[in-house]
Formats: sequence, C-alpha cells, structure tokens
Amino acid sequence: AEALKTIPSAYKVDDKLTPKKDVTSYNNFYEFGLDKADPAALSGDFKPRPWTVVVDGMVAKPQRFDIDALIKEFPVEERVYRMRCVEAWSMVIPWDGFPLAALLDKVEPLGSAKYVAFETVVRPAEMPGQKGLFQSLPWPYVEGLRLDEARHPLTLLAVGLYGETLPSQNGAPIRLVVPWKYGFKGIKSIVRITLTDKQPVNTWQAANPQEYGFYANVNPAVDHPRWSQASERRIGESGFFGAGRHPTLPFNGYADEVASLYSGMDLKANF
Amino acid sequence: MASAQMSFMKRWQPQLIWALYGVGLLPAVWAFYQGATGGLGADPVKSFEHLLGLWALRFLILTLAVTPLRERLRINLLPYRRALGLLCFYYATFHLAAYMVLDQALDLAVVLEDVLKRPFIMFGMAAFVMLVPLAVTSNRASIRRLGRNWIRLHRLIYLAAAAALLHYALSTKVLTPEQWIYIGLILALLLYRGVRPLLPRPMPARSRAG
Repeated sequence: AEALKTIPSAYKVDDKLTPKKDVTSYNNFYEFGLDKADPAALSGDFKPRPWTVVVDGMVAKPQRFDIDALIKEFPVEERVYRMRCVEAWSMVIPWDGFPLAALLDKVEPLGSAKYVAFETVVRPAEMPGQKGLFQSLPWPYVEGLRLDEARHPLTLLAVGLYGETLPSQNGAPIRLVVPWKYGFKGIKSIVRITLTDKQPVNTWQAANPQEYGFYANVNPAVDHPRWSQASERRIGESGFFGAGRHPTLPFNGYADEVASLYSGMDLKANF
Repeated sequence: MASAQMSFMKRWQPQLIWALYGVGLLPAVWAFYQGATGGLGADPVKSFEHLLGLWALRFLILTLAVTPLRERLRINLLPYRRALGLLCFYYATFHLAAYMVLDQALDLAVVLEDVLKRPFIMFGMAAFVMLVPLAVTSNRASIRRLGRNWIRLHRLIYLAAAAALLHYALSTKVLTPEQWIYIGLILALLLYRGVRPLLPRPMPARSRAG
C-alpha cells in the first residue's frame, strides 16, 4: 500500500478506530474465499493496477476513468465511518476517498436516470473464490443504489484506508462505502458503474430475497430472519471477556443525515 | 498384528478411555488459552463459540459412527462410545456457555428472545436440551434401572443430531464446503439407521480379541 495525500473532512464519528490490523485481516470478500481470513491470505495474486472504471448508461458523457487519474483529479478526503455488517459485527474505519456524486457529475446523468448499478471485477485467475467446483455466489458481484442515495454526500468511493491505498482484501483499488447501509452494499473492486431507470438487482437480494433486500439500511427493528440486528459486536474494541456489544442504531447512527431519503416508506417492507 | 493391537486395546481399555477424555478436552483448553491471550483473531468470542460448536459436532459424528463402523468394518469402538457422547455433550455445554456468558454477557432477555425468535438458535437449544437426559443417564446405574427404556431414550440422539445439523446449516449466509462435509456425514450416519433393515446382515462382531 502506498501513502495517499488526503484532506480532512467534517464526516468523522468520535468512536474509537478499529485497529488497522483488524480492518485488513477480517473481511468478507467472497471472491477470495468464505473465511474472514481468506481475503488477506489469498489475494496475493490480485493486481489492482492498472485499473479503469467505466461509467456509462443513462449519462450524457459515458467515460472510462483511470484509477490514478481519478485520485489526482478529486481531493481525497479522510472520513471516519462506522461500518455495520449484516452479520451483526461492526468496525470504525478511516476511509480515504471522494464522494460518488463528484464522479457522477463528470458524466452528467440524464433526467431519465433513477438508479446506479455497480459491478465488481471477474478475474478467476487472480481471485480463488471465483474458480473451482465450489462457487459461493454468481459473478460478477453486483450492487445498486437509488440515484438520490448515490448522490448523498455521505456516499463515498474509497480508494484507501488509514492514509494508504486500499489493500486488495478491502476492495482495491476502488470500492463503495455507504455508511448507513449494511456492509454488503459496499461493493468492492469496481469496474463498472451504470446509470439506469430500473431498480438494479443486487447479488445478495438475488441469492436470498427473503433475507436481503435492495435497501439494506441498518435497522435494529428489522431482524435478519435468522438472527437479531438489535446489537453488534465491535471488532477489535473488546477482548475475549466482554464481547463489547453495542446497541445497533437506526441507519447506523446516520439517521439525521439520511432518514429524510426514506420519508413515507415502510422500512419493514423495504428492508 | 491386528490381534496384538486388539489385545493391547483390551488390556489398557480403562486407561485409554481416560486418555480419550483428556485428549478430547484439549481443543477446548487450547481454544480458551488462545482466546484469553489474543490468539483468536479480530472476533475472538465468535471464533471461540464456533470452535466449541464444531467440536461438539465432531464428537457427535464420532458417536454416531460407532455402530456403522462395528457392523460394516468390524471396528469395535463400543467401549469408547460413552466417552465420545459425553465429550459431545461437554462441548455443546461449553458452546452454549460461551454464547450466554461471553457473547451475550448473560443478558437473559436477549437470550430468551433469540431462542424464541431465531430458528437457528431454536434448533441449537433443542439439540442441547435433548442431549441433557442422555448425558444424565449415561452411567451404569441408569442403564440398569431403565432397562429397555434406556435404549428407547437414547434414540433421542438421532433427533438431537438432526436439530444440531439444522442449527449449523442455518447459522451462516451461505454454506461453505466445510459445512457441506459435516452435513453430509451427519446425514449419511442418520440415513444408515433408516436403510439398515434393507442392508445385508451386519458382519458378526468379533467375539474374542484374538
């Protein structure tokens, strides 16, 4: 990982940071394997450079962006966000990145665009979870946001963490971070961003629609069908004795900023 | 060679059974030591819980394997079955204790809600509850007192195994290859009981050690 030039940001939570060692060794990134330790252990062959991201669909100026040009063009901010996994654990991570809205502005979305679809790279030769007899999910991994969610100032395209370029296990070289949603919405190693007028299907929703929805907003009042979402274990903060459970907050504590996006919506039906 | 082994096993059987308890409990001691000294990674409580549950499952599989091994491969582990079954029960107890004490910090309201609302925890708790009477009646006195009913009661292990299997299978987002192996083994061992009447007669057990 190389050092990134970053500027401070107002988006910083006060919670104690999760140690870098834990942020970079406890990951869900099924393209590299199902165990939390697999992404760090099995991503040695992955090449995050050179890398381009295509932004296309319902836009006036579809373009292919080089990752290093993006990092030069947009000021990279350091933002400290809570990250809540759907599996009921959480972290506090200093991400380095720029708002997705800044990138969307470059391609000028058309008035007809209502949603943003994302796609992860497919490279079986470099990603052991994508090859072999047993494949956990259909590839590519896909995700989606409503356009207003995508344009929200909290929605970040991260290119680094802890002041350095993203390690492969965290979604190098560029990934999405939507701090009020469950972690699986934060699609990693993005190669394509497509503006569309139809609600995109996301990988986990397609895999199990009873358990994972399109919105996936953090919500302690809506349990996962098989486990509770009322509280979470904060990784790294607690030791072996005392699991360091925190109550889970609506919208992961970002309700003041984002609750208005969903006014009038039944969040139990749109989970 | 085989007969020398047999007579060795027979001669040292009581000691071997105690050794089995000792060796069988080592993974729990090691996992606890690792957890207490920061060796279980970023989410130590979950890793510890998971390890204990996995060992309960392993001893359950070994317990269920005793009969087919004896009937089909003439490997007689019957003298060790009680120890294997009790080790399964001990690990299930540790697993439950880790969940209640380390994970949920003895918040009984949360535990109760979990048990009543979450299918995977419900199945796990059901499996544990079924193991209790089996462990309690695993002594010679109970076998004598219960007679034929002892055998009937201990058939509960099949139901407990099915509940444990569901608990394990429902606990994750997707089934890993490792999970498929355990699930396959338990299913095969349960299935064996179902198809046994249709199979050729079991090989006669070796009556003598030599």
